[in-house]
Amino acid sequence: MEARQGFDDVAQTPSWFWGIFAVIITLGIFLFFAQDQAPYLVEYPRDWVIPLRFVISDWMQWLIKEFDLGFFTFKELTRSIAWLLEWPLSAANSLLATGFTFSTEPGAPIVLSPAPWIAVIIIFGLLAFHLSGTRLAVLVTGCFGYLALFGQWHSAMITLSSIVIAVPLGVSIGFVLGIAAYRHPVFEKWLTPVLDLMQTVPIFAYLVPVLFLFGFGPVAAMIATMIYATPPMVRVTILALKQVPVELVEYGNMAGCARGQLLRKIQVPVAQKSLMVGVNQVIMLSLNMVIIASMIGAGGLGFDVLSSLRRLAIGDGLEAGLAITFLAIALDRLSQAFADRPQTSRLSQSRRLLSHSQFTLVVLITLLISWPASHFYPALGVYPESLQITTSHFWDDLVKWININFFDQLEAIKTFLLIHIMMPVKHFLLKTPWVISIAVITLIGYRLGRFRLAALGMALTVFIAAVGLWSKAMITVYLCGVSVLFAACIGIPIGILAASNSRTNRAAQVAIDTLQTLPSFVYLIPVVMLFRVGDFAAMLAVIAYSVAPAIRYTILGIQQVPAHLIEASRAMGCTPNQIRWRVQLPIALPQIMLGINQTIMMALSMLVITALVGTRDLGQEVYIALTKADTGGGIVAGVCVACIAIVADRFISQWSHKKKMKLGLPA
Amino acid sequence: MFTARLRKVSMALLASALFSHSALAVESKDPIILTLHDWTGQLINTELMGRILQNMGYNIKYQQADYIAQFAGLESGDLHVAMEMWETTGKQAMEASVKTGDTVDLGETGMNAIEEWWYPMYMKEKCPGLPNWEALNDCAEAFSTPETAPRGRYLGGPVTWAGFDDERVEALGLDYEVVHAGTDAALFAELESAYQRKAPWLGWVYTPHWATVKFEGEFVEFPRYSDACYEDAKVGLNPNMAYDCGKPRGWIKKVGWKGGEAKWPCAYQAVRNFRIDNATVGQLIVEVDLEGKKISDVVNAWLDANKATWEPWTQCN
Repeated sequence: MEARQGFDDVAQTPSWFWGIFAVIITLGIFLFFAQDQAPYLVEYPRDWVIPLRFVISDWMQWLIKEFDLGFFTFKELTRSIAWLLEWPLSAANSLLATGFTFSTEPGAPIVLSPAPWIAVIIIFGLLAFHLSGTRLAVLVTGCFGYLALFGQWHSAMITLSSIVIAVPLGVSIGFVLGIAAYRHPVFEKWLTPVLDLMQTVPIFAYLVPVLFLFGFGPVAAMIATMIYATPPMVRVTILALKQVPVELVEYGNMAGCARGQLLRKIQVPVAQKSLMVGVNQVIMLSLNMVIIASMIGAGGLGFDVLSSLRRLAIGDGLEAGLAITFLAIALDRLSQAFADRPQTSRLSQSRRLLSHSQFTLVVLITLLISWPASHFYPALGVYPESLQITTSHFWDDLVKWININFFDQLEAIKTFLLIHIMMPVKHFLLKTPWVISIAVITLIGYRLGRFRLAALGMALTVFIAAVGLWSKAMITVYLCGVSVLFAACIGIPIGILAASNSRTNRAAQVAIDTLQTLPSFVYLIPVVMLFRVGDFAAMLAVIAYSVAPAIRYTILGIQQVPAHLIEASRAMGCTPNQIRWRVQLPIALPQIMLGINQTIMMALSMLVITALVGTRDLGQEVYIALTKADTGGGIVAGVCVACIAIVADRFISQWSHKKKMKLGLPA
Repeated sequence: MFTARLRKVSMALLASALFSHSALAVESKDPIILTLHDWTGQLINTELMGRILQNMGYNIKYQQADYIAQFAGLESGDLHVAMEMWETTGKQAMEASVKTGDTVDLGETGMNAIEEWWYPMYMKEKCPGLPNWEALNDCAEAFSTPETAPRGRYLGGPVTWAGFDDERVEALGLDYEVVHAGTDAALFAELESAYQRKAPWLGWVYTPHWATVKFEGEFVEFPRYSDACYEDAKVGLNPNMAYDCGKPRGWIKKVGWKGGEAKWPCAYQAVRNFRIDNATVGQLIVEVDLEGKKISDVVNAWLDANKATWEPWTQCN
């Protein structure tokens, strides 16, 4: 009700709004063509820049070198956390990848070899069978089989061992924070912006402080991964608990449940399905981080991808990258199967092929047989090199063939788009006076959400100008904006097609999963070979990564169009085309816009990666700060990226919300 | 894969060291942590050093770390030895770090870093005046792309590896646009692409690197570098601007955590003694990157064949 009122409110935009709007546009046009009249309005003067980055760097120095908590220093605290986390991590690593030494002496000979590959495959296959059935078992076995067959096993196990530690930790921390936020609304208010920052500040920005505080190595990489991957779990927990029907909670209260009992016996079981969505997100985001984590010492598959591509072994890089994808798909499907598994009632228990105890027994037997056996038949322990296959030459040759035969055509397309679309947008954004841009953002904010959004938009854009990163931010907006535009032009039609055709839908789902989990570096290098270093190559990589939500939300939006509306329009004699254009699309539009919103978020998170192919935007600032170990510079540029993301997110969400209200759809 | 192999080999080697050689007495069994970066030459040199230290009975660990960001770790003692610090790219960072007193200069590796503007040999037909830099302006058109035409296009290294190319172009009045590659992977991807098509390409290349072996080409010859040319505008061809000369060539040094010197004196002595030259490393790089051999195999083979070279490094008094 409240929201609807808000909407009516905004619908009547006061006449002074348009007056101001006209004045600003006129002033903008004037300044655009007469840049010398008031240069301080066109380009943010250097003297006005607030030296925030140095303040942050100094503060960080103080935190690391001097901050004393009484009995110990802050650095000692973080180092002991790192030391604590090192234990489970190295245990998992020994179990899966390197073997145990059982000796305090580092580097002592291996006493117990790591879990044999054959046992790991059997156990994961059985788990899949146990949770869901034959289909999933085949899929999971296939995914792990790929790792062995293509010689990715050892690295994959290093990666897996950090995932099996990072995910439960991230999930538990997210869960606890979520409960706290659910119980204390004040805490939630305080937590939400922090979560926004954690998700939108590029990870490169806080790698340096993480390295300072937690030391170089796998633990620091794991902590950075958790910072990035935990927020969805917190959000999902809050949401899931809020969605537990009030009646159930009241029933629990009446039955005299204590708060803890209520949580354990009623709220969590009811919310379990939604909670598993959060777990799933944590898994996927952790795997997204594999490459970046390997840059600061996580090793594993990420390292293989990077080192292959640095020697331009495109095929090797692709195979290692696909290993990450298959690992992600296997873990994703397993966690989904766990969420959807039949609840443990007597009835479903009997339908299941293995009981829990039988399953545990089989796992133990597998390990007990295969482990000693692998000592006598090493092929059971370590997948033999002679049985490995590779397709890397095929990929290398394919890229070479395209390069030699089609470069000129590709170059022509590229030049056209670059000169006629990308460059004009870039120049427009860079030349528009900063004062005008901020004013326009503020006015749009006002139109969408009155003073609250106006103030937000203004504050965040002024921040960007004040720290002296305006032009870098405009390049970011340009690159991201153009990419999102193309991603939408590709994604929405595919989504529309997929929504009405189940075969296209299945193909689209596979494509989405692959694009989202395949490390972008894998396709970044071939793209550079075909399109040269620069904005265009960066744009292609951003599109590839960010097109997925545009497709996914379009499918969802169209499928959610109420069936009775379609029926009604058909009864009125609409042709299928008319139904699509006049009914389905307009009603699905708010949902599609949420997809575009997600596309923007993903495009922004990708910009840091594109800095690796030479873009000169905020992503590059963050990257430079990383390589110079400049804490302040990195964080300031990272927060600027977050500012852009937050403004885009709030504006689009508000727009979509209003539109849904207008169409009478559930928000 | 790579770390995997490293680990396997180090385990095996350690086992053999423990049982056959009857481990030598070393000052501390704590692992010495060597940093790994992202170019093959450095990985080879680091593993060479690592294997030699293991042979002396030390425990070692390899740690992936960024080239410049690693100084934070070297100063705090999280990391111990970095095998390649190039004068051309890391001099300032290293000097600043050594000045803190927490890191120590472990001497030159014997390799000589060269980096400069570079073109594939087939470009000489289109631009016969090369390698002399004065020919560059006559061929600007040949080196141009649609976005930069009529100016030539020069692909510079990553922004962080400050090469002063924008300044050089201005000071020498070159008709070129400097485009920065974000990483050297992207840079060499572009070179490989151009070389496959025999297309024009002009960019920043350094050696020792596999590219100068795989691709036939030459460095442009600029007026010779001097410190004065970079610092003093008056020196050089252009009386009003600095950077009117080529890039410096220089040492590649080893650097380490200061505290390690007291903890593992003989190991540090061996690191100081480590010396190798461009040709040797270049050959090893080619075996790894172009012939597809494993780094550990290449390192093993070299160590076996060159005992006379490296065994004296391990002597300690």
